[in-house]
Parts: sequence; structure tokens; C-alpha cells
Amino acid sequence: MMAWLLRRLMASVAIIFAVVTFVFILIHLAPGEPCLAGGDTFTDPDICRLLVRQFGLDQPILVQYWRYLVQLVQGNLGYSFALHRPVGDAILDTVPFTLQLAGAALVLDFTLGLGLGIYQALRANRLPDVVLGNVTLFVYSLPTFWLALILLLLFGEKLRLFPVGGASDPILCPTVDSLYCLVDRIWHLLLPAVTLGLVGAAGTARFQRAAMLEIAQQDFVRTARAKGLPEPRVVLRHQLRNALLSFITRFGLTFPFLLTGAVLIETIFALPGMGRLTVDAILQRDYAVVTAAALIASAMVVTGSLIADILLALADPRIRVHEDAALDVVTA
Amino acid sequence: MTFASWLALAIAIVVAAETVRWLRHRALAHEHWRRFFRHPTAAWGCGILTFLMIIAICAPLVAPLDPVVQPDPVRLQNHPPSLTFLMGTDVFSRDVWSRFAYGARISLGIGVIGAVVAVALGSLVGAVAGYYRRWVDGMLMRLVDIGLALPRIFILLMAVALWDRLPFEWLAFVIGLTSWFGTSRLVRAEVLGLRERDFVVAARALGARSSRVIFGHVLPNAAAPIIVSAALSVGNVLLLEASLSFLGIGVAPPRPSWGNMIADGAVSLYTAPWTTLFAGLAISLVVMSLNAVADGLRDALDPREERS
Repeated sequence: MMAWLLRRLMASVAIIFAVVTFVFILIHLAPGEPCLAGGDTFTDPDICRLLVRQFGLDQPILVQYWRYLVQLVQGNLGYSFALHRPVGDAILDTVPFTLQLAGAALVLDFTLGLGLGIYQALRANRLPDVVLGNVTLFVYSLPTFWLALILLLLFGEKLRLFPVGGASDPILCPTVDSLYCLVDRIWHLLLPAVTLGLVGAAGTARFQRAAMLEIAQQDFVRTARAKGLPEPRVVLRHQLRNALLSFITRFGLTFPFLLTGAVLIETIFALPGMGRLTVDAILQRDYAVVTAAALIASAMVVTGSLIADILLALADPRIRVHEDAALDVVTA
Repeated sequence: MTFASWLALAIAIVVAAETVRWLRHRALAHEHWRRFFRHPTAAWGCGILTFLMIIAICAPLVAPLDPVVQPDPVRLQNHPPSLTFLMGTDVFSRDVWSRFAYGARISLGIGVIGAVVAVALGSLVGAVAGYYRRWVDGMLMRLVDIGLALPRIFILLMAVALWDRLPFEWLAFVIGLTSWFGTSRLVRAEVLGLRERDFVVAARALGARSSRVIFGHVLPNAAAPIIVSAALSVGNVLLLEASLSFLGIGVAPPRPSWGNMIADGAVSLYTAPWTTLFAGLAISLVVMSLNAVADGLRDALDPREERS
């Protein structure tokens, strides 16, 4: 187990390293300068040249790459040209917002999704299942950003139940320093999180229903029924426990989905999160922020699947025998 | 809406409905396809997809106006849906229905091109990795690990934004390039099982070259998961294109795509919701239809298990 964990950990670090390298190459291959971008005619070319020299952008790419790696190992993510501050600080400011959004969405996704999926599986092919099946299929197919706009139109504008954007009331609550402001924060977070969580929950419900029904056909479930176990025990101890195994792998796969969604949701709801920071940075050719954001995002994804693998190995003794099995779980 | 475009629209609906009826009739002869139509949503999905494909192909016939022309930017701005403007007009007074029809061309086109690229690449990588095993497998699968660890939208945003305004064929290609990782794992898993089967061993024993074994014997037998993942890929690519266009870096503005129609409409969301509504609904319907069709195909093409 320890050897497996160590190997898995090293693979994760290697993947993050590869991602950083790839992003670094991609950025430096692309046309366009960080200075004088977008037909900027206001900046003095001399000052521009000075800046390029100051940030070492006139060095050969290998030198820049090496310098970047050394910085990275020292825990320094670089300096943002556009924001005029260290990238680490800028990201630290935004990560909490993204994590809160993703975390709240994740909770809704899993509770609602699991509940619906199990309920549907127990009522398989009867009216509630068919209705819910069509509803989840539709919600699962919605573009998150469009759902966000529709919910915004309904609950923000027509019913005026929720604020239409921002992370908190800018005048009354610039920082969270009272109970009122905490409620205000949550109130602002609710609509974005529900948008993201609903689409995820629909996918989770479909996944969980299929997993439950697949287990239901297995011999040991039939055996359990045949030997006269009460139905709740068959469902909970035999069916659900085994169906939850494949659910754990879904947990790891949810991270990329949440991050992708966060980019769009933060843009629509004007949340100062990492997604919006990245979109702005890309449009401004802010190399350091883009690379750092890709690094953090891939680190989150890799950590997510690592946690899922560890949980799976803890929950399922078969995996410890076939070490590589956890790596070969087919993505849905 | 002119009389001709009403007529064309009516014909499109009838043709779509008749196509589904014809398909269903043909399906009765085959056990597999009967299973496909056992999903009521799959039949509806086929109908919706056929209808939107007809709209896309016949866009010049169903659309009364040029999608980029602005008939009267002062008086016809954000005109609500009516008989003359089936889906209303947008901020620039452009006819939303005409943009919708031409947008179908671009959005569905990107979806199909992107999915073809993704599935072809994914199948090839998956088949090669699964067939050759050993270090080839190891290297390719580590590559896939890296690909799956990269949040796709970040890479796409970077690629598209840094290269300024890709033409839409290239946009589709780039989206396809970032979408094959899942398919390759799926195909690899299938090929790993197939390569040990007797007919593959026999083909090899008869001296067939690896390329012949892979393309002639292994891949055709892995067709079922490939077809299902192709159907799902079209939806995924469509959603990605819409997201990129929504962020303002997908299909270049005067040209309509369902994604940038949503973006155009988002500006006047509260006063003219119809400008965002229909394009978003179309994306949802297409993705939903594809998911339903994929569900149906999964049952139809998989002879082993009777799913509930």
C-alpha cells in the first residue's frame, strides 16, 4: 500500500510538472507580446523594451524556463505584469472564492445526485423514475452558463430574490466581519452554487442510477434476496455499498467539471474567483498568472483523483492486490 | 417570415417526423434496432436532431433574412417574437430566427468536425496502446493522464485567445484535439480484451501485419463503444464551442453561432430574454438528444446484457 501510494504520488507530481511545461511552451509559442498587446499605441516603445528586459523576456526560452522552474521550487509563482503584484498573492486572494463556490456546488451535487440516483434505481422503470430520468437528462444537457443566465433572469431580476452578481454587498460588507455579512456572503453564493450544483447533480443521479442497477443484476444480490434478507438490508448493505465504490471514482472526475464550470459561472455572476482571474489574464497575455492558474487547476484535478484513488483503495480490498487497477478506471 | 420560409419550416418538420417514422418502421425488422427505439427519448432525439440538421443544411431556405444584416437598428431593436420575426430581433435588430438557422450550421458543424477529430484520434491512440501494450501503452496512457489533468477549458482559452480569432474549422479542430482522452481510455480497455481473442490470434498467425490486425480486426469489433462515445463527443464539443463563444473568443461575432448568440443576448437579458433563450434551448435540446441517442445506441449495440 505504501509503495503504491508513493508511486502514485510521484506520478502526480510528474503530471503537474508536465502540465507546467506544456503550458509554458504553449504560451511562448503563441504570437503576441505581453507589452503593446492588442494594438496598444499609447505605450512608449522604449519603456516597453525596458520592461521586457526587466522581466527577462528577451532571454532564450530555455533560460526563461529554467528560471521559472527554480522560482517554482522556491514556492514563487512569479510576478504579474498586468496586476503589478506577485502572482501568488493574486491567486491566494481568489482561490477562496472558487473553493467556496466549488465546495458548495459539490455538496449539492453529491447529496441531491446520490439521493435522486438511489431513489430512481429503487423505483426503476416506474413512473417516478421515468419522469426523473427525463428531467435529469435535460438538466444534465444544459450549458451551465445558459442555466446561470436563466436563473439570474428568473430569481435575480423577475422575482428579485437573489443578488444578480458579486460576492458580497460592496458597501455594507466589504469583508466578512459580522453574522449579517456571513449571511450576505452565503446569499450571494447561493445562486451560482445552485447553478453549478444542479447540472452536476443531474449527472451524478444518472451515474448513480446506472451503478445501482448494474449491481442489482449481480449474483450476490440475488443470493442475498434468496436467503431471505429483509429488503432494506439487501439494498443498503449489498447494493448501495458496492455501488458507492464506483461513485468514489466519480468524485475524482468531478473536479475538472467544477473548475470548468467555475470559469463561466464566475464570469456571469461577477465573482472575484480564480476562473475570472484566469480569463482576464489570458486576454491580457499575463503569462505568469496563466501558467500559475493552469498549475493550480491541474494540481486540484490531480489531487482530486489521488484522493479518489486512496479512498477507493481503502474501501475496496481488491484494488490493493491489483495495484494498477486504480489507475485504469475507465473515465465515464 | 416570408411565405417561402414558413413553407420550408413546415416541410422541415414533416420530413423530420417522417424520417423517424421510417426509421422506426425499418427498425422493427432487427432485434438490435428495436431495442434502440424502446427508449422513447431516443426516438424524440432522432427527430430533433434530424429537424435541426435539415434547418442547418437548408438555412438559406428557412431563414427569411441574411443573419448579419441589420434591417433597422433604431426601430427594430429587441423586437419581441412575432409572426414577422419568429424569434424576435436582437440588440442590432438582426432577425434571431435567421441567425438561429445559420448558427445551426456553424454550431453543429463544429460539433461534428470536433467529434470526428476527437474520436478518430482517441480510437487510434487507444487501439495502438491496447494492442502493443508495454512501453507504448505506458507512454500513451501517461500522456492521456496529463491530458485529463489539464482542465480543458483553460487550455482551449489559452490556445484560442493567444492565437487570435481562429477560423471556425480550426476552432473545431483544436477543440477536437483536446477532447480525445476519454475515448482513448475507453477504446484501450476494449482492445485489451479483444487482442487475446482467437480471431485476432488467428489473424496474427496467418501473418497479417499489425496495421491490418488493428484496423481490420480489432477496431471494427470495438465499434460499439466508439459509436456511443462519438455521439457523446458531438454534444461535448458543441458545449465547449458555446462556452468559448460565450466568453467572446470562439466564433468571431458577426457570424452567428448558438454560443455567441447567447453572449449577444446576455447584454439585454432582462429586456429581451428571447435573444438568449432560443439559442440556449437549442444547445440543450441537441445535447439532450445526443445523450438520449447514445443511451439507445448503447442498448442497441451491446448484445451481451439486457439493460433495464
